Amino acid sequence: MAASHDHSHGHSNGNGHANGHSDGHADSNGHGKPDSFEVRILRQDGPGQASYWERHRVAYEPDMNVISVLQRIASKAKTVDNEQVAPVAWECNCLEEVCGACTMVINGRVRQSCSALVDRLLTDNPGEIELQPMTKFPVVRDLVVDRSRIFRALQRVQAWVPVEGYYDMGAGPRQSQEQQEQSYPLSECMSCGCCLEACPQYLKVEIAREEGETDEQFAERKKAAYDKNFVGAHAISQAMLFNSHPTGRMNAGERTDALMGEGGLQICGNAQNCVAVCPKHIPLTTSIARAGRATTVRMIQRWFDK
Amino acid sequence: MAKQRVMVIGGGLAGLAATMKLAELGIAVDMMSLVPVKRSHSVCAQGGINSVNDLTRQQGDTEWQHFDDTVYGGDFLQHQPPVKEMADWGPKIIDLMDRLGVPFNRTQEGFLDRRRFGGTLYKRTAFAGATTGQQLLYALDEQVRRWESAGLVRKFEYWDFLGPVLDGDGVCRGALGQDLVSMEIRSFPADAVVVASGGCGLIYGRSTMSMVCTGSAVSRCFKAGAKYGNGEFIQVHPTAIPGADKLRLMSESARGEGGRVWVPRKPQDQRDAKSIPESERYYFLEDRYPKYGNLVPRDIATREIFDICVNEGLSVERDRQCVYLDLTHISKRELDRKLGGILDIYEKFQGVDPRTTPMKIFPAVHYSMGGLWVDYQRTAAGGLQIGSPKTHVTNVPGLYAIGECDYQYHGANRLGANSLLSCIFTGLVVAPAIETLLKNNKKAAADLDASLFESARRDKQREHDALLRRTGGGENPYVIHQELGDIMTRAATVVRRNAQLDAAYDKVCELEARAAKCSLSDSGNWTNQNVVFTRALIDMFPIAKTILKGARMRDESRGAHFKPDFSMPGLKATDPAERRREAEAWCDQFEANTNKWLKSTISTLKGTEPEITYEDVDTSIIPPRPRLYGLVGAELIEEVWKNRLAAKKPLAASA
Repeated sequence: MAASHDHSHGHSNGNGHANGHSDGHADSNGHGKPDSFEVRILRQDGPGQASYWERHRVAYEPDMNVISVLQRIASKAKTVDNEQVAPVAWECNCLEEVCGACTMVINGRVRQSCSALVDRLLTDNPGEIELQPMTKFPVVRDLVVDRSRIFRALQRVQAWVPVEGYYDMGAGPRQSQEQQEQSYPLSECMSCGCCLEACPQYLKVEIAREEGETDEQFAERKKAAYDKNFVGAHAISQAMLFNSHPTGRMNAGERTDALMGEGGLQICGNAQNCVAVCPKHIPLTTSIARAGRATTVRMIQRWFDK
Repeated sequence: MAKQRVMVIGGGLAGLAATMKLAELGIAVDMMSLVPVKRSHSVCAQGGINSVNDLTRQQGDTEWQHFDDTVYGGDFLQHQPPVKEMADWGPKIIDLMDRLGVPFNRTQEGFLDRRRFGGTLYKRTAFAGATTGQQLLYALDEQVRRWESAGLVRKFEYWDFLGPVLDGDGVCRGALGQDLVSMEIRSFPADAVVVASGGCGLIYGRSTMSMVCTGSAVSRCFKAGAKYGNGEFIQVHPTAIPGADKLRLMSESARGEGGRVWVPRKPQDQRDAKSIPESERYYFLEDRYPKYGNLVPRDIATREIFDICVNEGLSVERDRQCVYLDLTHISKRELDRKLGGILDIYEKFQGVDPRTTPMKIFPAVHYSMGGLWVDYQRTAAGGLQIGSPKTHVTNVPGLYAIGECDYQYHGANRLGANSLLSCIFTGLVVAPAIETLLKNNKKAAADLDASLFESARRDKQREHDALLRRTGGGENPYVIHQELGDIMTRAATVVRRNAQLDAAYDKVCELEARAAKCSLSDSGNWTNQNVVFTRALIDMFPIAKTILKGARMRDESRGAHFKPDFSMPGLKATDPAERRREAEAWCDQFEANTNKWLKSTISTLKGTEPEITYEDVDTSIIPPRPRLYGLVGAELIEEVWKNRLAAKKPLAASA
């Protein structure tokens, strides 16, 4: 057999954790898998700089996902033209789609790269995989974007149960199975940002650092800018999660007020893209509808309170 | 005096619990984390969190029983007072998390639902679907965000901890960190530093751990003089999904909800799993452990699955090792309600629906029982003195360790659903300890001579600059990492042999020398992940060597540390008198082994070599007894042991 020996970073067969496949050649697996495939990556060296496409070739292995593709690229750090380049920067952590870190745009669709399996990507689009950073957040470098606005939005809507303290006060309020089954899916939101990437009303807010500005000053200016802009589906849904909790309900009014302020619920154009792309299938549009009712009731209430 | 501050390294369950509690006590906290804290590794915990509860109490369960299960499951290798305190706090911690809004599963009446986990006969485990860790973490993350909004907590996310700042007396006065975006290195004065950085699974290459679990933060404390305890005790989880980038956890809750482990009796039976009749299936855990069945403690389940594949050749597949974990006899609605999250993971990554097809799983490195040595102060009643500044302090004054990165609670083997408990518990108890420390503090770190912090910062800056300046053409850090993982996985997981450990140690030393010659493919100073990874890799070696050396020197089997050459087989004789004599001899040997080896391994770094000493374990509350799950002749050995203990008691009382 005319064997190529280009598998130096591929497999490890330690103590039974072997993935068991000896190699990834089309002629040996018999499933028409390619020897290798191309990965097109939209790179950017830093904020405010021009972006550029770069092509890498990756040897095919079974059971690959986009994370392992990026690991191979980092290990080799050479383009298709055999040019030595800095490794592509990207974020990841849990690799099982519960942390939200590795979100990016893959073949035009926003999703987590850990659960983006190469076999499926190549079936849909043979020969090539295309990776881009999310477009609604400022690029830090390559596929890394600054998503601090997502967490700021959680502060805006006070997404927490306002308990008085952490001493032992006995059990929490009793709740029905029905209530749990309603809140659990909302509580699975991992702040990944897919819903925001897909939302036509959620626009990028990019604040450039000013000369001589301290970290704190820059952070404050960013927050102020975020607070003027759309809060996003994820935060609206979190507001509804805590408004339905027996203790959280006690300051439901404040959360609803936050949704009625600048950059609040009224920005939502009801495109319903958010719910379609949510990797956790969170019923975001149901939350948005509930928030709509809550703000209407709140408005009438305020009118009567005048 | 300037305002005192505390620096918490890591924002998983332990770090967040500590931060939240410190803030409640009015103490300002800075948090440093490699990732936004909401993305910490705790989100991967699936199954649940243990405590005695109203229902199990009526079946005879108590806090004491939970304590006993934990030390017995851990083969008695943990100091008992902290463990006793943790079991006592269990119900209160679950109540607190319930109040914080964790969507725990409910019974029809609206109480918390519970499931059974390994190593116990009671349904102690509260759970939120199969993403309990994620849900607990989010509840704490929300509370910390609340304190952040109130201005008492500052977060330094995307920062890498480079080490503690020690003054001339060896007292920790702050922490060094590097911004992963701008690559700025900064010195943070702090009146206490709490390391809550989790486990070190990446030393094994692929494991169930997240990519930040390199152990680097702990290693940097180790290099600064902190002691490391029980390094060789690494938990290998019995059930994980093999993968090219990661071995994804398949929670113990799958078995807790009735999942059955089996292999076809005919080796590599090619038939579809569902079509293999009951009589041709070997439910080896149920067969070998009738009392606990599929829910034996993790170290035992792992060894049995390993044994059935490696020694008996009954792996389901020919060219890769795996066994079936079968849930298909449980209704789909029930599965979705209680295990939805993990079944989705399996389906997503394997492309097969585990509700209708048995899963294929194999053991994977999962948890480090060992970690930074920490102190405690015992009360007369045998619990922890809450508010003592000794609670969870390392041997470096002012430097604390909590959560998975301390060595304290799980001994030689951790019970399922005890880690979430120990993380939150240690976070909550370290806060009053630090409150006392700060009260007694004469001078705030911020008031110390600035040169202390500046010179520490300059040292780190020099190291960083030297790394960046390395010339090209050297070693590739990613390749070295993979080789390290392979060596560690082969020598120091399920089965350990001295010859292999010796060889592995030599190879790891070679790799360490090669890692010192790594060259970087990125020499820039903006979001340079290459330099951060290389530095983490270099810092894996002190811990890797500690694991190997501790394992090499410990010539016995205890919990997760299994050496077939030094383990004690069951009874063989059939003649009753002979069998009793064997049981007596077994107990003699057990006693001798306990005297010799019931000690914590303590490692101190001397130069680049770990130096190992041993520390006595406080077993004064529950006397050690043989761990006999499934051993042939267990009943008789237990009887002989009980008689001996009874005979000793009056002596001990009069002494």
